[in-house]
Amino acid sequence: MVAKYQQLKIGMIQFPGSNCDWDLIDAYQRHFGITVQVIWHQETDLPKLDGLLIPGGFSFGDFLRSGCLAAHSNIMASVKTYAKKGGAILGICNGFQVLTESHLLPGALIQNDCGTFVCRGLSLSPCEGDSGYHKLISDKDSLSIPVAHADGRYVIFGDERKKLLDQGQVLFSYEDNPNGSVDSIAGVVSENGRIVGMMPHPERATDLLMGSSEDGRIILKAFLESCF
Amino acid sequence: MKDIKFTVDAIKKTSRAVEVDENNSTIFQELLKINRLSLEEYKLLKSIMNRAPTFAELGVFSSMWSEHCSYKSSIKHLKRFPTTGEHVVVGPGENAGVVRLSGKLCAAFKMESHNHPSYIEPYQGAATGVGGILRDVFCMGARPIANLNCLHFGSKKHPRTPYLFPQVVKGVGDYGNCMGIPTVGGRLMFDDTYNGNCLVNAMSVGLIHEDRIFKGYASGVGNYVVYVGSATGRDGIHGASMASDSFDSSANEERSAVQVGDPFTEKLLMEATLEVLEKDLVVGLQDMGAAGLTSSSFEMASRANNGLFIDLNKVPTRTSGMTANELMLSESQERMLMVVEPSKWSAIEKVFKHWDLAYAIIGEVTETSRVQAVYNNKLEIDIPVGPITDSAPRYDRPMEFKTPLNDPKFDQVVVDTVNEQGLSTVLNKAIELTGDKEKLYEQYDRHVGAKTVLSSEQEGAAVQWLRSEWSDPSEPNLGMVVATGVQPAYCVNDPKEGAAHSMLKAVRMVVAAGGTPLAATDCLNYGNPEVPEIMGQFSAGVDGISETCRQLDVPIVSGNVSLYNETDGSSIDPTPMMGVVGKIKDVSWASPAIVSEESELFLVSGVNTKPSFGASLVSGILGFEKTRGQIPIIDWQAERQAMSAMVQLSQHVLAARDVASGGVLVCAIKMGLANGFGLTLDAQLGVLNLLGERSASYLIAVKSESVKTVEEISGTFDQLSLTRLGRYTTDGEFGFEGLVMSLDDAKSLNRGLCYFN
Amino acid sequence: MKYEIVVELKKEVLDAEGRAICQNLSSAGYSNLKSVEVSKRFILNLDSGMEDAKQIAEKFLANPVSQTCTVRQLDH
Repeated sequence: MVAKYQQLKIGMIQFPGSNCDWDLIDAYQRHFGITVQVIWHQETDLPKLDGLLIPGGFSFGDFLRSGCLAAHSNIMASVKTYAKKGGAILGICNGFQVLTESHLLPGALIQNDCGTFVCRGLSLSPCEGDSGYHKLISDKDSLSIPVAHADGRYVIFGDERKKLLDQGQVLFSYEDNPNGSVDSIAGVVSENGRIVGMMPHPERATDLLMGSSEDGRIILKAFLESCF
Repeated sequence: MKDIKFTVDAIKKTSRAVEVDENNSTIFQELLKINRLSLEEYKLLKSIMNRAPTFAELGVFSSMWSEHCSYKSSIKHLKRFPTTGEHVVVGPGENAGVVRLSGKLCAAFKMESHNHPSYIEPYQGAATGVGGILRDVFCMGARPIANLNCLHFGSKKHPRTPYLFPQVVKGVGDYGNCMGIPTVGGRLMFDDTYNGNCLVNAMSVGLIHEDRIFKGYASGVGNYVVYVGSATGRDGIHGASMASDSFDSSANEERSAVQVGDPFTEKLLMEATLEVLEKDLVVGLQDMGAAGLTSSSFEMASRANNGLFIDLNKVPTRTSGMTANELMLSESQERMLMVVEPSKWSAIEKVFKHWDLAYAIIGEVTETSRVQAVYNNKLEIDIPVGPITDSAPRYDRPMEFKTPLNDPKFDQVVVDTVNEQGLSTVLNKAIELTGDKEKLYEQYDRHVGAKTVLSSEQEGAAVQWLRSEWSDPSEPNLGMVVATGVQPAYCVNDPKEGAAHSMLKAVRMVVAAGGTPLAATDCLNYGNPEVPEIMGQFSAGVDGISETCRQLDVPIVSGNVSLYNETDGSSIDPTPMMGVVGKIKDVSWASPAIVSEESELFLVSGVNTKPSFGASLVSGILGFEKTRGQIPIIDWQAERQAMSAMVQLSQHVLAARDVASGGVLVCAIKMGLANGFGLTLDAQLGVLNLLGERSASYLIAVKSESVKTVEEISGTFDQLSLTRLGRYTTDGEFGFEGLVMSLDDAKSLNRGLCYFN
Repeated sequence: MKYEIVVELKKEVLDAEGRAICQNLSSAGYSNLKSVEVSKRFILNLDSGMEDAKQIAEKFLANPVSQTCTVRQLDH
């Protein structure tokens, strides 16, 4: 347990239908000794935080579009202000969808090209970039982190896409694209390097005992590092 | 606040709704038919009521006395199940059974069928089946952590199957995924017997603290009766009766009776329910499942020996103009009935509002011992609670038993036929029929909850790492092991022993993973109980399962019966689906059923175990009747020793699989196939030994350095033998009986199961 | 006033659902079926002008990255 992380104040937004929330809380508790504070979507103000998590699940039943209704909930105005001030945010799966719908990250997540839900262990290739996250994953050839989603296809077009690629905002890509994402993009970083959205679930790759790798811990740690 | 005006006087002054007119013969007969009540049952109803019932009351009896709700054909036999044991905390009779895992940590679980609705509207039928079983688990206060689904469809060539299969799979997946509960196991089977009746059996397991198990009692006269969850519509009217009826070819007309699910609302309902139980805010709680408001109100009132008064005008509705009948019988999903003390009302309202659920006080608990409901100023329901359940019809239906044909020459006939057709040809078909289910399980989130260690992709029992503060601290890596099993072909051959094998199949999967089985749940799918041979199959099935329970000390703690699985007069093969829950001390010892390293293959088997071909996969491939030949003989001592042996061996083996369909050869190939490991057998074993099916037999893959330990451990079990069969390598081929099959060929055959062309 | 809003996928985006439906129907015997496109239709009951309806459509009901939308007022 690294002492410097334990002083961090980490919050997590919880929406009706979030269901990977407790997995993320448990991972941070067990591996980093951090108690994550749950913030209900109806709150209007975020407490003072060093970092903010948005977990996976089916917020608002994925109605209208995955992450859309959540992106319009009460707490999000405060989240946008926090983001503008350079706050650190990690959005996982549904969390990534909320971030794109909130325009805090570019692109959109839509239905997998195969048309079905896909739950699979897979490998991610780190991409080139300057963010803190990039630096922490660059020495790995690949990361083994599973996905589980129906709307995981990342799409981005034209100038927006060019900008994303030119500015090194792609964090990692799928070695074997499971959902038809443009350029096999699996995770992206905001321009200021402080906000990350990813479809794979790092909280599910933290213990060898569960037959997975421990590569998820690298991402969870990278988030904590970004909080300083 | 409460706006219910109940007094005994007020009820007396309320005029009764229109009663059924028994004199109008045509309408009366039609009413009985729609309500699926026999004339004798109607007479029994009248003797309880001392008058003709109202239409709503007739509907209530119809549902409460349906096969699905009352178990009228089966209860006489179900009483023979062993249901007690040192690990049993709650036995059959509650919403779910509960077994102690470790310390104060318990598992609450049950399996239920949703067969008839899934045949008619497969997506919603399967989805709401999952929803229903989840409610049974969480209304006890247990948080569900694992779902399993057993799906049996008709032949792949039957025109309806390519439609049913993907829809059912999607229904199961969408519901469980949205709820955030991993679907970690189950079964898939295609067989002609299910052409007119698919089977969708859903199982759920939840975790609960032993001292916080909640049961649904409507106690405390004057307490509020509260409705919470989705608004009521016309879904599933007469669904309970439909589930109790056979199909004829007009199944499409039944479409309006199927319920529509909303897993998002159920997720909110689950969180709200667990929260109110955690905070001690309710005295009674029951989910509105089959027969909706009717069954939940009667069940809660009956458990508490109280009465309930309901004002149906207060029920939240999403359709206007519903009748009292429809309100009582609607099976709109995602609804709970709760009994709340007035002092707790404002606290519980806060919880409902937080989770954004519709709710209303719809009645109160009374001393009348009757369920009374008014609607639009008419007394629609006024039924005594005790008699409707106590005097429910219980049938001792006539039974016929067929002696299994004993054909000692059958095994040789099969061997000869295999040799005629060619071992490779038969093996190819066997691999395809037991093929991989990746197309199915990939649609299920198997890892949400971050507890799953082994699931469908490892092809054996599901194992989860519990990490609970309620379990014994000396077992920090404690795991739960769950599997399902059934042997329908064996049950055709011998209904009693076949059912014993069905439970043994689930037990052996738990054991192969290194688990110790603790208790079981059942979903008994049979045909028409009014046919003596079918009733005989059922009774024999109960006896076979009971024998297994006694011999292995694994009691039944919950279950479900689905009868009338019959189309155009033809019943399905007896299909007693069993779910077994067990534990493993350390999940790092848990064995997958697939190999991931070069290793030695051994067979652990009873010393008296003999392979046989009766009702086997191979004899089916060759076109022989399921009734021919003998199914594997069960040696209980060997089974028990194997249970202990496999637990001890689990720390030293890389992978383990019970020898099941297709015998040693098929199972050994499957074990290597998933991760690309080929195998060459040391010796020529002959067709019977390779493809024959057997009891008390397990394949284990062992690293060279562990072989000595494995030999020592097996040596201590006098009823078990250990035989080295060969070695798994990355050579890319399977070698047996002088033949060779390439890994690639095997892989492409294996892929065929879930695809239709 | 009632407004009808139809939300469709942009041309450059693969319509996975439409494709799956088309394949399914083709296997079921409709060999003449060339393609299926799936869109969503909303009816807004809104006491306000076309501007508001357009804003709801463009800012909320459709995601501009992957979808387009059309808005029209419905006659009584």
